[in-house]
Amino acid sequence: MKKLLLATAFALVAGSVGAQDAIKIGTEGAYEPYNYIDQATGELVGFEIELGAELCKRAGLTCEFVQNDWDSIIPNLQSGNYDAIMAGMSITDERKQVIDFSENYTPPSKSAYLALSADANIGEGAVIAAQTGTIQAGYIAEQAGNTLLEFATPDETVAAVKNGEADAVFADKDYLVPIAGDSGGALVMLDNDVALGGGIGIGMRKSDTELRAKFDEAIKAMKADGSLNALIVKYFGEESDKF
Amino acid sequence: MFEFCTDPASLTGLRWFGCYLTTATHFSFYWSFGTVILLLLVTAPCALAFGFLGASAARSHVAPVSLLGRGYIAAVRGVPDIVFFLFFIIALDQGIEWFKHLMVCEDLSQPVWNNGEFRVCAAAKVPAGDAAPWVVKAYAFGLAVFTFAIVFGAFAANVLYGAMQAVPRAQLETAESYGMSHRQVFRRILVPQMWIYALPGLSNLWLILIKATPLLFLLGIKDAVYWARELGSAKTSGNNPFPHGDWRLFYFLALLVFYLLATRISEIGLTRLTRRLSRGQATRAGEEMRKGAAA
Repeated sequence: MKKLLLATAFALVAGSVGAQDAIKIGTEGAYEPYNYIDQATGELVGFEIELGAELCKRAGLTCEFVQNDWDSIIPNLQSGNYDAIMAGMSITDERKQVIDFSENYTPPSKSAYLALSADANIGEGAVIAAQTGTIQAGYIAEQAGNTLLEFATPDETVAAVKNGEADAVFADKDYLVPIAGDSGGALVMLDNDVALGGGIGIGMRKSDTELRAKFDEAIKAMKADGSLNALIVKYFGEESDKF
Repeated sequence: MFEFCTDPASLTGLRWFGCYLTTATHFSFYWSFGTVILLLLVTAPCALAFGFLGASAARSHVAPVSLLGRGYIAAVRGVPDIVFFLFFIIALDQGIEWFKHLMVCEDLSQPVWNNGEFRVCAAAKVPAGDAAPWVVKAYAFGLAVFTFAIVFGAFAANVLYGAMQAVPRAQLETAESYGMSHRQVFRRILVPQMWIYALPGLSNLWLILIKATPLLFLLGIKDAVYWARELGSAKTSGNNPFPHGDWRLFYFLALLVFYLLATRISEIGLTRLTRRLSRGQATRAGEEMRKGAAA
């Protein structure tokens, strides 16, 4: 009887600990190679999925990735549908007013233009496509003379350039490079890289200070032992910026 | 799926398509049509039940009940669908968790809504944090059915209310003169006769419901439209075994065929139902059927 009670008590304690340390991470699942759906298996894969798993292991958390539309990714964090965001989200002052970020896990990312030809107009009177609610959309909106054309998914921004709706698309360079490479010359990267934001970080609720500390520590450790750089090279290539 | 699919890069033509169309993601796409059909089949009776309750309430002689029924019909019909779907689902979800929070959480000192954050203790999460994936899916599906049922129930209530008014007064008076009570008249005379008047309106609603199912993705369920968008979007060669360009057009054409088929099948079913319900009714169609049978 005593043993049974003990076992029950142990199970209860273990259960409550498990519930505390199990967290959900929201991601978009449409931003190759950061986070996307594996075409063959249908599983979420990508840089952030692998990084997230490693960070959680180091922080002693059980993590599970859940998919959410980019548009509602911050509101759904606020309402508790998941506990963290890893979706290629750059750290900006504007977002910091609503949520908190961990340390950045990529260097301040370069944004770039992709267009049909190298001499495409991106200055006065140009129509530039960008995904809604991204730092790139914010940047274009501030450029005098540019017209911003917003889309809900990154894929649609590229499609807009192909069908002539927009003169160029402005997005993370790491997202655009493989698309330009695949197009066989139909789409080209322009030589106007812009550094925006403070790098990509894990978004969390402002009240989750403990969780933030855990992730910060794990990210610092991965920066220190070079494993983060190895992951960056694996997904974004040798030329990509490292820590 | 097939043995020759192990190295997609070496495939061409039909074999490539054979492998491409049998990936796990494509099976999720095919299954999502099942999700849509299931949602339709579950939601329609639920909405009809809401509609019946709403219409009965609106007709009630008890003032508060009548007010409640009319209020429900007017409020839901007046709010744009998309607002309702975005707002209601969040409110419902948070409402359930808040209620459970009050029931099961020990520490109630912290406010649940604070600085735009919604926070309940871990035990009050619905579904629980460690719930099996199918439970999470079933919960999301349940919320979706409930939301659809409330919205379409309000429209159905209005249709049924009108249908109840359309049953000839003489029918009800005859029943009353036989000594039937209010309740008996409602159950034996009014309800069996009202369906034929309700059917045109209800069939409209059914077709609108079919078209409204893409709203499922707003509710976090991966339906056929989500998969069509995901599978059709351009895939680069670096990380994807089956790279292709922007194929959304073809996937949306497949959706078009599905929705047109669903509409056509519904029309056939509804025509049959109309014939079935006209039998023995005091309407022109019912009268013609009676004469036809006699001749």
